[in-house]
Amino acid sequence: MTFRSFGWLPRGLLLGLLAFAVFGPLTNLGLWAVAEKWYFPHALPLQYGFSFWERVFAPRSNAMASLATSVTIALFTVAACLAVSVPAGYALARLRLPWRGAILLAFLLPQAFPSVAVHINVARIFYAVGLNGTVAGVVLVHTVHGLVFSVWITAAAFAAVDRSLEEAARDMGASPLRTFRDVTLPLAAPGVLASSIFVFLESLDEFTGTYFVGVPDVTTLPLLMFNAGMGGNYQIAAITALILLVPSVGFMLVIERFLKADVLAKVGH
Amino acid sequence: MVALFFLYPLGYSAVSAFQDRGGAWTLANFAKAFELYRMDILFTLAIVLLSSLLVALLSVAIGGYLTLGGNRVAVTLLRWLYRWPLFIPFIVASQMMRSFLAKNGLMNNALIGAGIIEPLQAASLLDWRGVVVTFVWKQTPFVALMVAGAMASLDRSTIEAARDLGAGRLRILAEIVVPQVRPTLVVGLILSFVTMLSVMSVPMMINPNSPTMITVDMAYRINAHGDYGVANALGFVSYAMAGLVGWIYLRHGVRQGGGR
Repeated sequence: MTFRSFGWLPRGLLLGLLAFAVFGPLTNLGLWAVAEKWYFPHALPLQYGFSFWERVFAPRSNAMASLATSVTIALFTVAACLAVSVPAGYALARLRLPWRGAILLAFLLPQAFPSVAVHINVARIFYAVGLNGTVAGVVLVHTVHGLVFSVWITAAAFAAVDRSLEEAARDMGASPLRTFRDVTLPLAAPGVLASSIFVFLESLDEFTGTYFVGVPDVTTLPLLMFNAGMGGNYQIAAITALILLVPSVGFMLVIERFLKADVLAKVGH
Repeated sequence: MVALFFLYPLGYSAVSAFQDRGGAWTLANFAKAFELYRMDILFTLAIVLLSSLLVALLSVAIGGYLTLGGNRVAVTLLRWLYRWPLFIPFIVASQMMRSFLAKNGLMNNALIGAGIIEPLQAASLLDWRGVVVTFVWKQTPFVALMVAGAMASLDRSTIEAARDLGAGRLRILAEIVVPQVRPTLVVGLILSFVTMLSVMSVPMMINPNSPTMITVDMAYRINAHGDYGVANALGFVSYAMAGLVGWIYLRHGVRQGGGR
């Protein structure tokens, strides 16, 4: 018996449930962001308003400063990752490297090992060399993490470029460097861009590393949100969370156009 | 770079797991870690395994429907729906779930509103269930995206052939589609396994009480006691878990003929 004999009902119900599962938590967050008063057992906030928004956006609040710190760190992280992953990704996709699998795996390591254990020791080492509590220290930690996405997706993007186009360019007399610049890189650009976006978001989202390395001098938005949430201030936490969501959802719309199935299918191969 | 900022601290943590505060070699850190946190270690493993299993089932279901689904509207809706959590940071997801799954959260309110449960039955899900829900919510789109991508680039002729021979959709999914995308599925699951193993914000915000996950214990050992030995011993335990799945991946890769 197929779904079809039940008509649209089960399909609609399942999709409805999924929609509730996906958007329910988001709606709850949105409600907290505009709630002035809300306590058990009331199903909805008793009073709505924006007084907490004024507090978050007030000049003396540190939310805006944290946002600036977060974005700065994320941009530096993307730059550092690209500097490593474009040559590395190309080499992994095109050249006959011995130990190719081992190299790919080495970049996977920071993702493959639980990061908390590493971060506490990074913090200990950075403390000794004075990098603790500095933006540079946090960028370094984020970069090591971002490299996973960066190298793997970039390598997949280069692997998905049709090799015959490169060969055609070489036949026409283009140098290897020129071929790379004019043919390979533009064709792989969507994948490279997608990987940068992943790195950017990863850095924006990164909590554990910043928690150990950045404290107490570097406060990013996730740290601010964590402190507000743990302190029981759900309104401030919800508003901060919404600010964090804006770039994420914005990039989601962009990334859809860039990350093609043929690239994704090559990730991790 | 990876060597300097990752391998060095990694080695450092492995070594200091076996040293006492004076620098002498010892297993005392492990003894203490197991004595204090045995339950938490098992709890962590159980949570991450259960979440990975659910992620696998859901992402195959989503990818399968996207590939084999007959109703265009439903496929489009699903494609639009399923990936939202992917772009929501873990820490935002935990805060969201903290309010959503709470006793007075929207989930209970919706269930009460729909007449499914009585107000008195409303219970907070902020324990191990909350952690699993958050992990699955956050990780399923990631694996599903990879799996659906791999499924979309499959050669459709085998699927059509099976369909012509009268195979149902579930059977095509289980016997033709999933075996072909298995490498991608395994990579996705391993990545999300270790991600869940190392996320600190979710258990810290949703389930800080005992038993909790060992990431929380590690942070506690450092922040409250400055005890790097036991924290690193716990770290070593989580490396062992990650190493286990890494070994599965390598074995899998070898069987596939070393990749591509």
